[in-house]
Amino acid sequence: MLEKVVIANRGEIALRILRACRELGIKTVAVHSKADKDLMHVRLADEAVCIGPAASTQSYLNIPAIIAACEVTDATAIHPGYGFLAENADFAEQVEQSGFIFIGPKAETIRIMGDKVAAIAAMKKSGVPTVPGSDGPLSDNSDEILAMARKIGLPVIIKAAAGGGGRGMRVVHSEAALLNAVHVTKAEAGAAFGDSTVYMEKFLENPRHVEIQILADGQGNAVHLYDRDCSLQRRHQKVIEEAPAPSLDEEARRKVLIACVDASKAINYRGAGTFEFLYENGEFYFIEMNTRVQVEHPITEMVTGVDIVKEQLMIASGQPLRLRQENIQVMGHAFECRINAEDPETFMPSPGKISMYHAPGGLGVRMDSHIYSGYSVPPFYDSLIGKLITWGADREAALTRMRGALDELLVEGIKTNTELHKRLVRDSHFEQGGVNIHYLEKMLSI
Amino acid sequence: MDIRKVKKLIELLEESNISEIEIVEGEEAVRISRHSTTAPATVYQQQPAYQQAPTPAAAPTPAASEAPAATGHQVKSPMVGTFYRSPAPGESAFVEVGKTVKKGDTICIIEAMKMMNQIEADKDGVIEAILVEDGEPVEFDQPLVLLA
Repeated sequence: MLEKVVIANRGEIALRILRACRELGIKTVAVHSKADKDLMHVRLADEAVCIGPAASTQSYLNIPAIIAACEVTDATAIHPGYGFLAENADFAEQVEQSGFIFIGPKAETIRIMGDKVAAIAAMKKSGVPTVPGSDGPLSDNSDEILAMARKIGLPVIIKAAAGGGGRGMRVVHSEAALLNAVHVTKAEAGAAFGDSTVYMEKFLENPRHVEIQILADGQGNAVHLYDRDCSLQRRHQKVIEEAPAPSLDEEARRKVLIACVDASKAINYRGAGTFEFLYENGEFYFIEMNTRVQVEHPITEMVTGVDIVKEQLMIASGQPLRLRQENIQVMGHAFECRINAEDPETFMPSPGKISMYHAPGGLGVRMDSHIYSGYSVPPFYDSLIGKLITWGADREAALTRMRGALDELLVEGIKTNTELHKRLVRDSHFEQGGVNIHYLEKMLSI
Repeated sequence: MDIRKVKKLIELLEESNISEIEIVEGEEAVRISRHSTTAPATVYQQQPAYQQAPTPAAAPTPAASEAPAATGHQVKSPMVGTFYRSPAPGESAFVEVGKTVKKGDTICIIEAMKMMNQIEADKDGVIEAILVEDGEPVEFDQPLVLLA
């Protein structure tokens, strides 16, 4: 087992990682910015190292500072969490070259999956269904661009190869808007990601976002942990997630689960990973793979009983997977509400001091949060302050439980989106299940 | 904490000119202060709910009790790494206590990822104290030397 892990992240996920390390007897090092010295996990960690000022670029994105912290604490491995450097192939490479274990896939895997064009090609090879598209970088030639759009059929979406997570994309509904959209997206991609390569895909009008969780040990073994539905989104940010995804075509689901496991083995994937799909009319369409632990991992943990972060640590320590697919079942249903420190009307971040915090509890209620009464949410990072997760024997029970839990949740002193969540979990369409990725924005604009 | 001990502390306070006294014993603490507007002695028990386990010797975080009284200007570390007082093992240190330095003079090396970074004085002054031992790890913003 790993001896000492540097937790290269902050907030709720850093606490999550600390808890898993603690349970496995792994010593923890909390690297943090100056603004984060009062974080919960910093107080609990065995060692803490301040790596820079508040700004992310000089702290949580500061590769030399993080690796130096590994050196001075004699750490064994680094867990990058999600966001920040979690999917930075250069970071993974430098970590390994410096003699530490990167808890995640190999740098090469991250690189391939980070290039969305290469990822799609790799998935096609493994039989994973993909969105009809250019299947490669879009040409610069106007005639060829137009021909491609006609072949695929409007509407289409132009996406940056180096983008992902909702960034660097533009929808085109008419041929008149096509060329301009391509040029602008290319320019934006060049500026934002340093790579102006774009590709084209069919734009699905009313898809759901369904993703598959996998675990692979890099030694030829891989399992899936079934699916999640993350369709309730605002500006490509997930708001509520649930597991399993309600009312899927069972045959399509069965096939895609197998395809994801096969693909994981084919690319010799190591660690936790998620295959993201758009699901429409009973069909799955691969869009991208996330080579990290995801924010919404707890709902999968609740319905399968598997501790995903512990599995990551065990895989990184070189252990082969002990999980067997035939032993992994879905039991019951789970929801997760992302609690953000934000203005409920404008969605602007709302940092500040939490004067009073009280978490809900009871059977099937899980609150993953780093906040406490008196904690000040800093203005320098994202607004996620907690994840409220509920489990129930079926979807209705889990949703009922979430209503109660949201009513018990108290966060005073700052603004949060708790009231929005209370509305959403009482919305009749959401209650029915199966809403698509445009539903929340439509609902909010009314 | 023994109530008799607390009573003794209250008496101590009342008989003296002290306005506040705090005693920490392991995980228990008691603070007694004299307020003119309220009862002469306020006693409360402090439960350190989020106390870290005793800091292991290797931890680079400086404990509050080790920080010297801040007279003079602290030159702080701009990075994480290992602190060295001399350019190479066996050579003499860049600075000693009492040495006059000018802004820009090298006062130490911080090594990280096999690279030696020369850390310069950010002000003119005289070295009043060297706050880190040779070969010790340092974190960002950790005070390295005191300049008078």
